[in-house]
Amino acid sequence: MEDGNVNDMSGIDQGVAVTGTKMKARGVDVFYGDNHAIKEVDVDIADKTVTAFIGPSGCGKSTFLRVLNRMNDTIDICRVEGDVTLEGEDIYDPKVDPVQLRAKVGMVFQKPNPFPKSIFDNVAYGPRIHGLSRNKSDLEEIVEKSLRRAALWDEVKDRLNAPGTGLSGGQQQRLCIARAVATSPEVLLMDEPCSALDPIATAQVEELIDELRSRFSVVIVTHSMQQAARVSQKTAFFHLGNLVEFDDTDTIFTNPSDPRTESYITGRIG
Amino acid sequence: MTDMPISTAPKRSLYAQDARTKKRNRAEARFRTYGMAAVLTGILALIVLLTSILGNGLSSFRQTYISYPIELAAERLDPEGNRNPEEMASVTTFGYVPVLAMSLQAFLEGEGIEHSMGGRELAAMLSEEAPAQIRNMVLANPDLIGTTIDAQILVGGRIDGFFKGRVTMESAERDRNVSVAQLELAQVLADLGIVETRFNWDFITWPDASGSRPEAAGLGVAIIGSFYMMLVVLALALPIGVAASIYLEEFAPKNRLTDLIEVNISNLAAVPSIVFGILGLAVFINFMNFNQSSPLVGGLVLTLMTLPTIIIATRASLRAVPPSIRQAALGLGASKMQSIFHHVLPLAMPGILTGTIIGLAQALGETAPLLLIGMVAFVREYPDFLSTHSNTFPLMGDGATALPVQVYSWTQRSDPAFVERASGAIIVLLVFLLMMNLIAILLRRRFERRW
Amino acid sequence: MLWILLALIFLGLLGYVLGRQRAVASASGDVRELHSLPNYYGLNVTLLTLVPALLVLGLWLIVQPIIVERTVAGQIPASFMEQVENPTLLMTEVRRLAGGIETAIERGFLNVEDAANLASDTDIRAQLAEAGVALGADVSTEVLAAAQDFRAMNATGATWMLIVVFALAFAGLAYSYVRTHKDLRARNRVEYAILSILMIASTLAILTTVGIVLSMLWDTRNFFQLYPWQDFFFGLEWRPSFEGGSELGLIPLLWGTLYISLIALLVAVPIGLFAAIYMAEYATKRVRSVAKPLIEVLAGIPTIVYGLFALITVGPMLRDYFAQPLGLGDSSSSVMTAGIVMGIMLIPFVSSLSDDIINSVPQTLRDGSYGLGATQSETVKQVILPAALPGIVGAVLLAASRAIGETMIVVLGAGAAARLDLNPFEAMTTVTVKIVGQLTGDTDFSSPEALVAFALGLTLFVITLGLNIFALYIVRKYREQYD
Ligand SMILES: Nc1ncnc2c1ncn2[C@@H]1O[C@H](COP(=O)(O)OP(=O)(O)OP(=O)(O)O)[C@@H](O)[C@H]1O
Ligand SMILES: [Mg+2]
Repeated sequence: MEDGNVNDMSGIDQGVAVTGTKMKARGVDVFYGDNHAIKEVDVDIADKTVTAFIGPSGCGKSTFLRVLNRMNDTIDICRVEGDVTLEGEDIYDPKVDPVQLRAKVGMVFQKPNPFPKSIFDNVAYGPRIHGLSRNKSDLEEIVEKSLRRAALWDEVKDRLNAPGTGLSGGQQQRLCIARAVATSPEVLLMDEPCSALDPIATAQVEELIDELRSRFSVVIVTHSMQQAARVSQKTAFFHLGNLVEFDDTDTIFTNPSDPRTESYITGRIG
Repeated sequence: MTDMPISTAPKRSLYAQDARTKKRNRAEARFRTYGMAAVLTGILALIVLLTSILGNGLSSFRQTYISYPIELAAERLDPEGNRNPEEMASVTTFGYVPVLAMSLQAFLEGEGIEHSMGGRELAAMLSEEAPAQIRNMVLANPDLIGTTIDAQILVGGRIDGFFKGRVTMESAERDRNVSVAQLELAQVLADLGIVETRFNWDFITWPDASGSRPEAAGLGVAIIGSFYMMLVVLALALPIGVAASIYLEEFAPKNRLTDLIEVNISNLAAVPSIVFGILGLAVFINFMNFNQSSPLVGGLVLTLMTLPTIIIATRASLRAVPPSIRQAALGLGASKMQSIFHHVLPLAMPGILTGTIIGLAQALGETAPLLLIGMVAFVREYPDFLSTHSNTFPLMGDGATALPVQVYSWTQRSDPAFVERASGAIIVLLVFLLMMNLIAILLRRRFERRW
Repeated sequence: MLWILLALIFLGLLGYVLGRQRAVASASGDVRELHSLPNYYGLNVTLLTLVPALLVLGLWLIVQPIIVERTVAGQIPASFMEQVENPTLLMTEVRRLAGGIETAIERGFLNVEDAANLASDTDIRAQLAEAGVALGADVSTEVLAAAQDFRAMNATGATWMLIVVFALAFAGLAYSYVRTHKDLRARNRVEYAILSILMIASTLAILTTVGIVLSMLWDTRNFFQLYPWQDFFFGLEWRPSFEGGSELGLIPLLWGTLYISLIALLVAVPIGLFAAIYMAEYATKRVRSVAKPLIEVLAGIPTIVYGLFALITVGPMLRDYFAQPLGLGDSSSSVMTAGIVMGIMLIPFVSSLSDDIINSVPQTLRDGSYGLGATQSETVKQVILPAALPGIVGAVLLAASRAIGETMIVVLGAGAAARLDLNPFEAMTTVTVKIVGQLTGDTDFSSPEALVAFALGLTLFVITLGLNIFALYIVRKYREQYD
């Protein structure tokens, strides 16, 4: 957690080739009733990249994140305008089934929310509903791989049938990540995944995010500047519903072009 | 960590739903339909229930009457000839039957209305209650004797049923209580306007009548009985319930005793009501020798039964008063008791009253425990609240009946006309409940507070 | 009676005024000198005047009749008791006669001396009939004597009651008045008294439960002295006969009860649960605001209404369209009739409890499931229901306990024939129906045929109590999980 990390991570950045744009948002507006929560936002989410959303509380980070997999559909008063595409396909097209979309764009939440089921069933939940396994051994394989990928396997392999709610907070959050990974999404959205965790668990999850980057594109909302700097390659700064600045993480943290970004990063607003 | 991809599912466009998604969406639609069907079933059940009751019972507010001149012959009704009501009372109801029958026969002859019936059959068209009606009229006003009065009197239950569609010519052929000839004559008279079916309040004000005269059976006594019981419940359950709630919510220390009380209250709320009837029978009637079926015993049983409801509602509304109010009062140097009686209780009052009204409504509709304390008896006297037998035991009260019990007794009678009466009684009961609930809702609306 | 109360209240008010005045006077008019507000001094006197007097009054009113009854019954010669066929009705006769004499005096048909000198050879029945009091049978010497004793004792009792009650009231008034002084801690005393009253009120719940248990235990014990308990609990026949030789087996009644409850739950649980799910997860606000109160109306309808509905609508319909065409019987009252109607009654019960429970499942669990691409029904079935399961089981158990204890629907819809049968279109009967049946009408409370009702009641109470405690326990545990 030393400051030096910032530079370490940006070093990794150079190593990974950016393979193009995964998701594209153009002119997105979100309204909660009369409340205009997101204003004319354009963002590109690159493939195999970690994109961080930062900004003061209430600026619309979570809202915009939920736009990307249509989680806002579950809120009655929420209305989304503008274009959001996943690999060129408009995800708000009437033909699109949000259920299918969410299989491709998975989500991990701020508070660990394991289902009141066994650890195994938690991870197997997505593969089961999406029919990703042909038989039981297939499913077991998926569960094991996902748990390994979430760096949880060694801790739980002996008690896969124990309830998921019985794990520690950090373990629970990694379980939720494993659960999201198990459906093999193309994009993984994470809303403040570490805010309920202690520093050690946070470090584990951050490490994990870096691993996941090789396979998915990851979008992470965070309140911690250090975390954004450590794990992300791209950073978007939101303020009062506007996207103020969106650039390489390096650039944002070393040479922001907007004065609002600078004051937020240096701790003057937010 | 392995690099093998977790799944080798081929890339699919978002625009095309794959087979599995289609199947899942169909399951989703099915599930949703089940839910909607369940809600609709519930609503449908309510509608069928209400239409059934209304369809059967509304007609009990209408009654069929016949009006023709009745000659009150002095030699029959006042044999002594001195117009002394006490002596005239010796002519029983039975003595009035021929008076009505002969007048009817004479009237029909005078009007030239043909029929093929003997006098007895003709008289049987009138309600058995009609002679009593006329007798009471005469006894109240002896000067009527010797005159001819134009009175509207009740016709028999079957004839009444004929105009309400319950009795038909075909059913009359199989029924020995009514004949086709009677119905035909009734129809002729109805066309002439001599027999008419119209609205009246007697159903609500009259007392019950015996099994052979459903047309005269009313709810008056039952309504009063219910009313007395509600008074008892209100007078006992409200203060006791509020006192108990204040103690449990504000003062009670957390100990074994209060735990026991809590468990008891939530259990009592779920004990079958008939068990309270057994309690009432064993304790109030067999042990304490209260009068069977008196409103007081009924009220006591219902009080015990509704107390948990009221306590639960009261505690909820006490809990809804924010602690800041209590602290504000305490901060000004009020004692705990003062802060509760001066500040918390008034604020909680609307909630308490609402809960009380709902408890009363529950008590008003309760039947089973009242059957056990003997309220099924046939009661024709309007009951006194307190029995006036001053020197025996004053608190016991006279025998009474109650609305729901009256419904039950009517269902036990053989004449199908009582089905109409029972349904009508239920309409009255439901109207009372509706009014009580409306008051509760208004109270809540009027005083609803958001902290 | 009323005037005693009024007089006591007057004394109470008087006490209030006096107490207040004396307190103010003791502080020589300066209210600030008082320990408490002047009102409390008044209240203190009022409470001491009223509370002991009212307590004794209430107690007296309850105890006197019991004592009088016992004493009079004990004085009736044993030789006479043996001749009477129904000893329990004898005391009713005595009471009725005594009441009749009082009424006659009141209405001016008898004067007090005449009443005291009534002899059984004069025709008392005719005399009383004149006064508008109808007696069931001719009056024997013994009954008359007992009735006179009864009147005399009641009269003495009433006089003594007056003396004692008013003596207490005056004593309380005088004592507290004399004690009233500016340094008296009046507020503390009053508050302590009020607190005690509150506490006593709250113990009534325990008293009620104790009353229920004791009253049923006592008569159940009497029943088992007359009828072997093995035959009651394991008997397969229910055939009461008032000539003796009754068979009072519980099993057929229990069977009917459970069968009907089962059908009721089969109707209520799926409909109630699905309705709750629909309203919690799917319905728009508008739909919910209409549908929810409509379904809850079903809960506010008294059971007698459902009973009548079963009797006049559902029963005949089931008979005409199902039972008869299928050749399953031609009774309109049947297990099916009662079960379906009871099921309708329980729908709102299940649905509102389930609704609460489903709503208490945290939103984060729903989000988690949707975020993985689950449909709404998958979320409900695989996340919400499993999470809510304990609560829902509790709700179903509570509904079962309702169904088992329900009376009016089965009285009017199920029939009266005790039967061990599987055909749901056959009339059967339940524990509650038989409790009503055995205890209404003219019953001799010393016969096993009447006493069996208490054993049935106790059985019912134990079963429902068990279900309730278990259900409440489950629901509470469940609530704690998410609080
Ligand atoms: N469900 C909702 N209904 C109505 N308004 C909402 C809802 N969710 C969010 N909002 C509003 O939308 C705006 C943006 O909220 P959002 O949760 O996206 O902020 P955020 O950037 O995630 O804040 P934080 O950092 O505190 O999580 C806020 O003004 C909030 O009040
Ligand atoms: Mg947020």
